[in-house]
Amino acid sequence: MKILVCISHVPDTTSKINFTDNDAEFDKNGVQFVINPYDEFCLTRAMWFKEKQGATVTVVNVGGAETEPTLRKALAIGADDAIRINVAATDGFLVAKELAAVVKAGSYDLVLAGKESADYNGQMVPGMLAAFVDYNFINGCVDLEIDGTSVAAKREIDGGNETVSTSLPLVIGGQKGIVEEKDLRIPNMRGIMMARKKPMQVVEGTGVVAATNNISFEKLAPKGAVKLIAADNLDALIDLLHNEAKVI
Amino acid sequence: MSVLVFADSTDGKFKKTSFEVVSYGKKVAEQVASNLVVLTINANDASELYKYGAAKVIAITNDALLTFNAKEYAAVIVAIAQKENATIVVMDSSINGLYVSPMVAVSLDAGYASNTVALPSSTDPFTVKRKAFSNKAFSNTIISSEKKVIALAKNSFGIHENPVAGILENFDVQVAASGVVSEKVERVTGKVTIADADTVVSAGRGMKGPENWGMIEELASVLGAATACSKPVSDLGWRPHGEHVGQTGKPVASNLYIAIGISGAIQHLAGINASKVKVVINSDPEAPFFKAADYGVVGDAFEVIPTLIEKLKAFKEA
Ligand SMILES: Cc1cc2nc3c(=O)[nH]c(=O)nc-3n(C[C@H](O)[C@H](O)[C@H](O)COP(=O)(O)OP(=O)(O)OC[C@H]3O[C@@H](n4cnc5c(N)ncnc54)[C@H](O)[C@@H]3O)c2cc1C
Ligand SMILES: Nc1ncnc2c1ncn2[C@@H]1O[C@H](COP(=O)(O)O)[C@@H](O)[C@H]1O
Repeated sequence: MKILVCISHVPDTTSKINFTDNDAEFDKNGVQFVINPYDEFCLTRAMWFKEKQGATVTVVNVGGAETEPTLRKALAIGADDAIRINVAATDGFLVAKELAAVVKAGSYDLVLAGKESADYNGQMVPGMLAAFVDYNFINGCVDLEIDGTSVAAKREIDGGNETVSTSLPLVIGGQKGIVEEKDLRIPNMRGIMMARKKPMQVVEGTGVVAATNNISFEKLAPKGAVKLIAADNLDALIDLLHNEAKVI
Repeated sequence: MSVLVFADSTDGKFKKTSFEVVSYGKKVAEQVASNLVVLTINANDASELYKYGAAKVIAITNDALLTFNAKEYAAVIVAIAQKENATIVVMDSSINGLYVSPMVAVSLDAGYASNTVALPSSTDPFTVKRKAFSNKAFSNTIISSEKKVIALAKNSFGIHENPVAGILENFDVQVAASGVVSEKVERVTGKVTIADADTVVSAGRGMKGPENWGMIEELASVLGAATACSKPVSDLGWRPHGEHVGQTGKPVASNLYIAIGISGAIQHLAGINASKVKVVINSDPEAPFFKAADYGVVGDAFEVIPTLIEKLKAFKEA
């Protein structure tokens, strides 16, 4: 089985979000970038398939050279090789279409992507990619088993989950559950050493034109001060929620 | 030319977000001087949507579509978008809506803006405001393609009545089977889901252990609320994973969010920021959550919650 894991390179979850150039650009100053948390779950699941069922695992990112340390980290976790598509990832449509070219060229059986990326939260790449390559697609996947080309999976739905069956080739939008938190892998020394020698292929894009463009950003409006209510005066809280906030 | 809204339903009944997307679609149609067309699939009473401005409703009733299937639903939406010459398609941001929308966008060769929170600030260039960076900021996004797909973030626009004398067109479609087959749907019944809830009662590690969740559930039941929890609580197995909210869990965009014994870490706040009113109950006055809250009670949850439950019961009865 040939697996491709799509890796989005995103600000660490604790990052303070600021903008420069008149709020037109995200301020990367002092921001630490990491593998998108959802993609980490997917990568760990891919490693499981590799070790238990025999699979090759390629990681891919659409982005500039600055994303290579993130791809190296994925290699240190255990992926066999990496591809960087040398295009600025400005829009989900563009990213998905560039990824589609790599998926087709490599005839991957299984493409694992995260449900959403922690930067622009597009929640669009996996579904668009599946549509471009005409693979089966399961979004919000929380359980994935593969036997030959048969697939049994679960996806999250409002208030529960749905069991589905399908077949390879397949694109997954994965989230926590596809593996558990405790099973996430952290690169060890040996992995980091080995990652340095693993192949990192840089391919040029196919010239896709973005369909959307973020022209400016806004921070959240500053919040007013909290109204504190004494613990022995909960009637006041109920009164405020009813008469002032009008939510109960 | 038209604006097409897909108004989703569960077991024939519209969700609140369906009324919200129709309200939104009505305004967008006015802005771009187009007609609003609303699509329903297996809804019991599609005429309910007239109240929100749906002048034309296309109602599809088809047994093959009784169980949601993303590819099949996408194909139906695309077929109707083409039939109605829609230039803008509006979807909700439910789990199913977000599953279908990217597929619709590719089929229509449309640019797609998810997480949209407001009406277009300009229609030329077509510009929408969206949540970004896990609710820590907004982006203003131009959609430059001729056709556009917009997924409206829940509770961002609200439900607005705008009654019209609508017309209903029953329509039939051929559904090609998708390669993904639903085998079983497991849903907790009789419980409000986080996605649907107006109020969410959420608790964290401050509750000390799973045996103490009785009062959290009781508070939720008095308020008709869904229950949620912080990430460590679900990681520890105190609560099911489906209750984990935050940046890496479920997003919450309720009207009221009550956080009990949750410190207010940045990753937690990222997922619940979109909620309108936030109440924090925490024994530590220095807990960061107080900075993000509208109302706060500094106190021991084990004393505050039982009293609050009693007082709310009395309030509800009065
Ligand atoms: C990559 C990453 C992603 C993450 N994603 C998420 C996410 O999606 N969601 C999320 O929630 N977290 C997330 N986290 C974890 C987050 O950083 C915090 O660790 C977590 O939110 C803390 O949970 P908590 O507030 O329940 O626990 P704690 O931080 O331990 O806080 C417990 C609180 O309870 C209060 N308390 C104690 N006793 C009482 C009492 N008797 N009465 C009232 N209050 C009391 C304490 O004062 C304290 O404020 C993530 C972390 C990382 C690294
Ligand atoms: N620039 C990118 N390069 C590779 N994969 C990406 C990129 N952007 C998004 N993805 C993948 O698509 C998923 C969903 O991202 P998004 O649609 O941007 O929310 C991520 O979790 C990644 O797996």
